[in-house]
Amino acid sequence: MDKLRRTMMFVPGANAAMLRDCTLYGADSIMFDLEDAVSMKEKDTARMLVYSALKTFDYSSVETVVRINALDFGGVQDITAMVLGGIQVIRLPKTETAQDIKAVDAAITKVEKAYDIPVGRTHMMAAIESAAGVLNAREIAQASPRMIGIALGAEDYLTSQKTYRHEDGAELSFARNFILHAAREAGIAAIDTVYTDLDNEAGLIRETKLIKQLGFDGKSVINPRQIPVIHQIFAPTQKQVVKAQKIVAGLKEAEAKGAGVVSVNGQMVDKPVVERAQFTLELAKASNMETEVD
Amino acid sequence: MEIKHSAHAGTLESSDLTVTLQPATAGISIALTSSVAKQFGDQIKQVVTVTLQKSGIQAATVKVNDKGALNCTIKARTIVAAYRAADKTDYDWEEINSWIN
Repeated sequence: MDKLRRTMMFVPGANAAMLRDCTLYGADSIMFDLEDAVSMKEKDTARMLVYSALKTFDYSSVETVVRINALDFGGVQDITAMVLGGIQVIRLPKTETAQDIKAVDAAITKVEKAYDIPVGRTHMMAAIESAAGVLNAREIAQASPRMIGIALGAEDYLTSQKTYRHEDGAELSFARNFILHAAREAGIAAIDTVYTDLDNEAGLIRETKLIKQLGFDGKSVINPRQIPVIHQIFAPTQKQVVKAQKIVAGLKEAEAKGAGVVSVNGQMVDKPVVERAQFTLELAKASNMETEVD
Repeated sequence: MEIKHSAHAGTLESSDLTVTLQPATAGISIALTSSVAKQFGDQIKQVVTVTLQKSGIQAATVKVNDKGALNCTIKARTIVAAYRAADKTDYDWEEINSWIN
């Protein structure tokens, strides 16, 4: 079943208090940032702080992601520390080619082998932040079996496109749709870019509704107060929950009878529809909705 | 590791601390400033001392300004201060990983 990734919250790697408190806000994924949120001279200490936090705090209620630096810019040390710390996902920023992913994959494999960690335990995701990255998204998404998602980073991308953010998001239309198709083709998650205008909740709502409609799994988040707004939009409707409950009840009935086919109200239900129903109930549960199935 | 010059790591933000190391001829001496020194002062000094010893440092003059940091933060800041003071950028992760928790 798909994993919930409605919100992926950036946490600056050099901020000790945030490393301690970041699980309190309810984000599905926490992304420790060792890259842009950390100044050049504090890379070593942010890396050590996140590593030490991973070894200490209970992050089991969230998915842990780390945004590393480029491989030739401290990224190799980032990978060593994060893999040893037990990070779940390594996110490579500014990914432009499949080779970028393969190089990080190789660096992760080297660490896993050196420290007797099962090879493949550490997953990866790519942030796409340029025209080249968008156009190579299909190859990037399929570059490694470690890949669990791709994310759009709009700020750098739009600068490279010689434009900027507009209210209607038309400037991101191609990139969003292309990345989404690449992710779906590869069977991995698609995460939308951050919404940076923190005081514009109406804008956040509008943009989140748009990306949900397109089919994105969720959004990157830069402030905890954006989390409940996004989760509310991703919550299923009561009608969808009731329908999903019926389908899952049908599944249970079929399993009890040893039947291979699930049927609801006399209609056969296909496997993808059953899986979608299970995901809807998972989403409803995460949204604190009633999900009991008789 | 040997401390070659003064170096520090950390910030004065809440839940953090600064650790400043200076060369010394023998032993580890710690001057601590902390709002929770009465209750946790000995424990903070102990964590700093053990972290320095595990990092291979036997002599240092240490200044710690604590703002309510947890042990994992104290360890992280102390390790980085030690590496910086020793002019080492190639961290021995295998060694660190063997004792940090």
